[in-house]
Amino acid sequence: MVQKLDNLKESPSQTAGPYVHIGLTPNYSGITGVYDADLGTTMLGDAPKGDRITIKGRVLDGTGTPLRDALLEIWHADASGIYPGQDGADADVYGWGRCPTDMDDGTFRFETIKPGAVQNRDGTPMAPHITFWIVARGINLGLHTRMYFADEPEANAADPVLKRIEHQVRVPTLMGEPQGDGTYLFDIHLQGPDETIFFDI
Amino acid sequence: MTDKPSGLFHRDRSWHPAALTPPYKTSVKRSPAAAPISMPSTLSEDTGPVFTRDILGPQDADLIHNFASEGQSAIGPRIIVYGRVLDETGRGLPNALVEVWQANAGGRYRHKKESYLAPLDPNFGGCGRVITDEQGNYEFRTIQPGPYPWPNGPNDWRPAHIHFSIFGQSFGQRLITQMYFEGDPMIWQCPIVGTIPSREAIETLVAALDMRRTVPMDARAYKFDIVLRGVRQTMFENRMEGL
Repeated sequence: MVQKLDNLKESPSQTAGPYVHIGLTPNYSGITGVYDADLGTTMLGDAPKGDRITIKGRVLDGTGTPLRDALLEIWHADASGIYPGQDGADADVYGWGRCPTDMDDGTFRFETIKPGAVQNRDGTPMAPHITFWIVARGINLGLHTRMYFADEPEANAADPVLKRIEHQVRVPTLMGEPQGDGTYLFDIHLQGPDETIFFDI
Repeated sequence: MTDKPSGLFHRDRSWHPAALTPPYKTSVKRSPAAAPISMPSTLSEDTGPVFTRDILGPQDADLIHNFASEGQSAIGPRIIVYGRVLDETGRGLPNALVEVWQANAGGRYRHKKESYLAPLDPNFGGCGRVITDEQGNYEFRTIQPGPYPWPNGPNDWRPAHIHFSIFGQSFGQRLITQMYFEGDPMIWQCPIVGTIPSREAIETLVAALDMRRTVPMDARAYKFDIVLRGVRQTMFENRMEGL
């Protein structure tokens, strides 16, 4: 026999189910008067530094059908690559957003600023990116992925996370595609030939 | 070298449900088929949003009253749900935002896409939230939700449950799960519960009736602790390329 480790086990995940909006975006689901506003709908204060961007997309199942009951959260650094809560962070960049996919057409949309490069643990820069977390009915454990910026080819080529992906043919699934007006399109494919890369962090 | 927090404990995926769990039919077309790419957490996952109590309204943690008309209250067995948010090292996590949602006592959700014939309760919305104290404790009041049928197999029923969404101190700890009630025979028939591989893991989601925490002549109490991923406290050497 040996001594017992004190570690606990993480609570096992369960699906967010079809009514995740009741808990996380009640005003969007029509339950008004309980919370003043849904959390995560506003990502910026009055004077954030950096380029304004809009991220639009859908979450598609293995048949190509957009999910109309998913919920996404994103997290990103400020224009200098500093996360909210760290020293020197831009107080007008909240960094966190939450958005349900539209109950009719399945689109999501975030309005924020483009983040700067964030330092990796070893001090090398990671290319500008936004962390995504996706939950929905039928998703048993929330999915982590990242959106990089397709118009940052040099930074992306040097990114330590992108470089280590064995099947480089899949890397484009992590790219937000610029539309020329500050909008980036980022569709997330849960399955199929264009399946998005998800991370086990 | 540093003693600053440096990365999340790796997740034991054999403890969690797999992505593809065919008895839960919706997972079939919504589950990634490729293996997720493993990577150590970076600053992007080790940091996360911080929520402060100024977002909370006075009735956010009281689902019996937070949607009810003046002087009214929700119908159903009144309960207190309390517990701690911990990480895998056993440390209580302060300032963790816990958001909950649930069906009413008849098993009906207040949602435009819900069509179960059980009636809505005009005094029950079904959402609540609370932020843990310095030791990681939380508590809210609600009514015990009812079980309900759902379209999966021809006669599948969800056990009574409360959905929980929890923020720890980093975005990589983000978790959604469900709380079940001690003694409910429906737990062991449910295809969603059954996505969890082991009985041992399922039992960690079953809240215990705690008669000592009841409020006599008012509400019974259930205890439900939630464990999030742990954070390494010692530096490990990173290699730049691959693992």
